[in-house]
Amino acid sequence: MAKRDESSELLRELVAHLRQNRTQLREEWVGRISETRLLTAMTKEEIFAEATSVYDSYVEALETETFEALQAYARNLSERIIPRGVETHEVVGIVLLLRDVLARSLFAKYQTDFKKLNRILDEYEPAANRIANTVAVGFVQERERVIRQQQEAIRELSTPVLQVRERLLILPIIGVIDPQRARQLTEQLLRGIRTNRAKVVVIDITGVAAMDVTVANHLVQTVEASRLLGATVIVTGLSPEIAQTLVTIGVDLGKMNTVGDLQGGIEQAERLLGYKVMALAEPS
Amino acid sequence: MEVPILKQGAVLIATFQAALSDADLNQLRSALVQQVVRFRSRGVIVDVTAMDVMDSFASRTLREIAHMIRLRGAETVIVGIQPEVAFAMVQLGLTLEGVATALDLEEGLAYLNQKFKSMK
Repeated sequence: MAKRDESSELLRELVAHLRQNRTQLREEWVGRISETRLLTAMTKEEIFAEATSVYDSYVEALETETFEALQAYARNLSERIIPRGVETHEVVGIVLLLRDVLARSLFAKYQTDFKKLNRILDEYEPAANRIANTVAVGFVQERERVIRQQQEAIRELSTPVLQVRERLLILPIIGVIDPQRARQLTEQLLRGIRTNRAKVVVIDITGVAAMDVTVANHLVQTVEASRLLGATVIVTGLSPEIAQTLVTIGVDLGKMNTVGDLQGGIEQAERLLGYKVMALAEPS
Repeated sequence: MEVPILKQGAVLIATFQAALSDADLNQLRSALVQQVVRFRSRGVIVDVTAMDVMDSFASRTLREIAHMIRLRGAETVIVGIQPEVAFAMVQLGLTLEGVATALDLEEGLAYLNQKFKSMK
């Protein structure tokens, strides 16, 4: 019981010290940050503003021994600084610098009482480490979330479903298709068929160098699923390698409508839809 | 739960509600064939827009319906399969092979009218 009281007593003393010397310690910290050339993407004013918030959250976390507010703040801060190009090592670096600056001030204050210094550090160190951890993890998690978001956006951008005639859609695929992209492609196409009421879809894979068996199967499934929505699929632009893969996996080519190139595919689609393209006169 | 079957000229339209039991599906199969005979229908549209999941029994029943109706000289079209359902179906290998499909009721009727014209 006495130990507990003593521990809270020391913690209060520690927090009081950090609050009293707030201005000076914060300045020292910001100084160390510029010295070590961290946060170069931010201006001095910005660093100072954030440093103030971080310092206060730090001391509050030490005092209350709860870390939810700090977690929330760390994520909020990360959301703001990640677009500025701040890196993980910088964030970890500045938090550790703060820990050092505060520790040094404790050494200075209790230098005549080694026993007390040790007891104060017993309070300070676990909490300080937990804080450093919380902030770093919060930053990394936010970074990962941003990356996932960007990947999703890239994937969506790279598989446009285009309507070129009434009831006719074109899906030009370029680049590498992994199973995840293939799946996303199918979902986008099926939604596009329903939205545009497409009766014919031309999937052009001229821009796809190779596909493995999984993705080839996915392509076949896409053709079948499109049919269930009443649309005919024409696949164009198969490279020799892909043609080989399809034959190897035993695709029933009777089920898959293929034409050499995109132009041929569009022409066949137009025939299927009852369009006929004629030249009216010599272009001027 | 009985599936309502509506008559539109020479075409019968059966509209699925969301959750149909195996018994309901069997009942529908018998009812449809009986009605095709009674009204001498030339086409049947089965609208599955409200179905959010298609299992192998439902898929097989639809194929059987189409088969039985073709034996009476009429054509079946399945309409309204939702994108998510279509995706799940092909992954399970349920392709409704040999059965005509269309996007929705309008497309289904257009398909049948086209068929009727070409059969004249």
